Amino acid sequence: MIPELGRLALILALAMALIQSLWPIYGIAANRPAYRQVAGPAALGQCFMLALAFAALAWSFYVNDFSVTYVADNSNTNLPWFYRLGAVWGAHEGSLLLWMVELALWSVAVVCASRTLPRDVAASVLAVMGLVSAGFLLFTLATSNPFARQFPAPGQGRDLNPLLQDPGLVFHPPMLYMGYVGFCVAFAFAITALIHGRVDTAWTRWARPWTLAAWVFLTLGITLGSWWAYHELGWGGWWFWDPVENASFMPWLVGTALIHSLAVTEKRGIFQSWTVLLAITAFALSLLGTFLVRSGVLVSVHAFATDPSRGIYILAFFAVVVGGSLLLYAVRAPKFTAGAEPVSPLSREGLLLLNNLFLVVAAAAVLIGTLYPILADGLGLGRLSVGPPYFNKVFVPLTLPLVVLIGVGAAMAWKRTRAEVLISRLWGPAIIAIVAGVGLLGLTVGVHALGAVAGCVLGLWAIVTALEELWRRTRGSRWMLSRQIIGMALAHIGVGIFVIGVSLVSGYGGERDARMAPDETVQYAGHVFVFRGVDAVPGPNYQARRATFDIYDADRRIATIHPAKRRYDQSGQQMTESGIDAGLFGDLYVSLGERLDGSAWSVRIYNRPFVRWIWAGGFFAALGGLLALSDKRYWRRRGKRASPAVASLGPQPARDKARA
Amino acid sequence: MTRTRRRRLLLVTCLLVGLSGACALMLTAFKQDMLYFHEPSAIAAGNVPINTRFRVGGLVATGSVERPGNGLSVHFAISDCHATVPVRYRGTLPDLFREGQGVIAYGKLDGRGAFVADRILAKHDSTYMSPDTARALNAGTSDACMPANMQASR
Repeated sequence: MIPELGRLALILALAMALIQSLWPIYGIAANRPAYRQVAGPAALGQCFMLALAFAALAWSFYVNDFSVTYVADNSNTNLPWFYRLGAVWGAHEGSLLLWMVELALWSVAVVCASRTLPRDVAASVLAVMGLVSAGFLLFTLATSNPFARQFPAPGQGRDLNPLLQDPGLVFHPPMLYMGYVGFCVAFAFAITALIHGRVDTAWTRWARPWTLAAWVFLTLGITLGSWWAYHELGWGGWWFWDPVENASFMPWLVGTALIHSLAVTEKRGIFQSWTVLLAITAFALSLLGTFLVRSGVLVSVHAFATDPSRGIYILAFFAVVVGGSLLLYAVRAPKFTAGAEPVSPLSREGLLLLNNLFLVVAAAAVLIGTLYPILADGLGLGRLSVGPPYFNKVFVPLTLPLVVLIGVGAAMAWKRTRAEVLISRLWGPAIIAIVAGVGLLGLTVGVHALGAVAGCVLGLWAIVTALEELWRRTRGSRWMLSRQIIGMALAHIGVGIFVIGVSLVSGYGGERDARMAPDETVQYAGHVFVFRGVDAVPGPNYQARRATFDIYDADRRIATIHPAKRRYDQSGQQMTESGIDAGLFGDLYVSLGERLDGSAWSVRIYNRPFVRWIWAGGFFAALGGLLALSDKRYWRRRGKRASPAVASLGPQPARDKARA
Repeated sequence: MTRTRRRRLLLVTCLLVGLSGACALMLTAFKQDMLYFHEPSAIAAGNVPINTRFRVGGLVATGSVERPGNGLSVHFAISDCHATVPVRYRGTLPDLFREGQGVIAYGKLDGRGAFVADRILAKHDSTYMSPDTARALNAGTSDACMPANMQASR
């Protein structure tokens, strides 16, 4: 009964989505203002229906209703309840449902914030989001019904993929999807701008917080995903250039470019067409990511769907959405009047233009590396793959200049900055960064890894220049710094921390394979690892063989860790649980290989200095975004600009005209 | 030429130089790091050059896994429907590595017809097989040699 209600709720949600989009579009086209009012309530209704559907699926998981195929395929009575709920988005159908629920949540957020927007803008933003949602609902109902039943119902489910049985499952996908889907709001704003033929300061002021919010979620989602992969996959790495990682990374790169170009458009009234194009691209890449993950064209941890009809539907949907919006762009974008004055290279906007170029080219490089194997296969050029070496070789040289630019940009003013001013502001931070970077490394681990030293200096440069800017601005004025400024500095400090982490891990980290019998020791990375043996430990739905390692620094025991092998009862699948001694300045990481002859095991030991800084950098950047987002200038009510008397007394059409 | 125009020309030139630099970077990296996928039959037929890195995929031949000495070395064989290639590897094997299961190995051929692997990938899920491996096993054709549990799940 409950699953059928869920399916019914999905159908009603589709109806609501169509009302949310078609009525306002008609209202705007035919100039019937009353019709635009439908968008808000319809969005609320759609969200309610999707929430019902989601709750129905979650309930089916909670009560172990194995007559629902999706539940039977991804759950098990022995699975702890929190994983059963996380399993709702553990595979294709449910994660699609999560996608749509989050899109509906974003629509509701737009409805709630719509008092800051003119009514026709709010209506057309909601209409565009409704169209996207309708497309996905149709896809779900036609090809991926999560509520499909099977009779007779099996007595036991097939269990959730053991890789996903981790707290990371509860946080990473919802965060990541919030980011993906959030770019839909920026996209809807871009389409609205194209329809109304207007990109002005007011528009950027509306579009900016939404873009920023989506970016914060995406940053958190990617960071969490990287941390999850590090501790769950037992391979000691934090990023693999896996196609699905790339699928989330490309919208992030373009979204980052978008945040910066929105700043220029708001402050200087230039780059309008470019900003709109970036907003379209960011969402197009989110859709492309969804297509890559859902269509089964990729070989990856994440690619779970292998049904060609799904791939074709998403590809067609992608073509319609992206093709349609690019067509609209081609027709309407030339109307935007660009600022007549040229951009000086020695100005903040000049640097932000460079920043955008680097980010977009980097995104293009990732896109080519990700798509080329698929295209080559399709065109019969052979089956090939492009691995991490390609991405490292291309991506690092394309992004290091960006870190340099962060520092220079912090010292740069809008319009024009004299070179002397720039130098006077930058030489101090430059010297601090070089001395601190080389000095600290020289005193501790040595400076033999030149690339890592350079990366460390660059990271410090980003941090010190950001601090210098904060210090200069507080000194210059008595005013409290705006949250936007502090947020920006914090985000740039986050980039610096991230760069330091990446440089030190890749420059000074390492790993070693060893064969170890109980009570044997291995010396690695200045520590002594003692293998104490393996015990059998039963888990809720698995049997574990848990090893014990003591780690000694000279004669002092600093940690005891327990890497393990788990064999899951239902699937018989084997999983490695890594043992990690985590620390601010580095991790020691042991993963258990397989049992060799007798009681000896093959063991891999990793040294991962400063690896936590990578995720700390991501969290700092997200925190900076959050702080900037809370800046109150984004949240002024729309009534402020129009006269209050007109707003309350004038008839409806006149009010909207006054605001337009 | 006016000042604005000269500046614009300079900007465009810089852009072009930068972009062609980026393209050159991508192309060289592409050339060096692209890995082809070959099937065991193609290797047995001698169609694969030695000393270039590539990927090979198929099933771990039943009864072929052995550990010479007491170290970390592993010898096994990867087979498709028609041929078998011996593989040598040193290091930790992935969790889902088992006889009769699909794997992909990264490495080079040595001069004597053995594949020296530096990385082994097994599937992440016991019911999922990479499309490359599935094709090496002629999935969906009349002479398919997929293991029974794979066919059931696809």
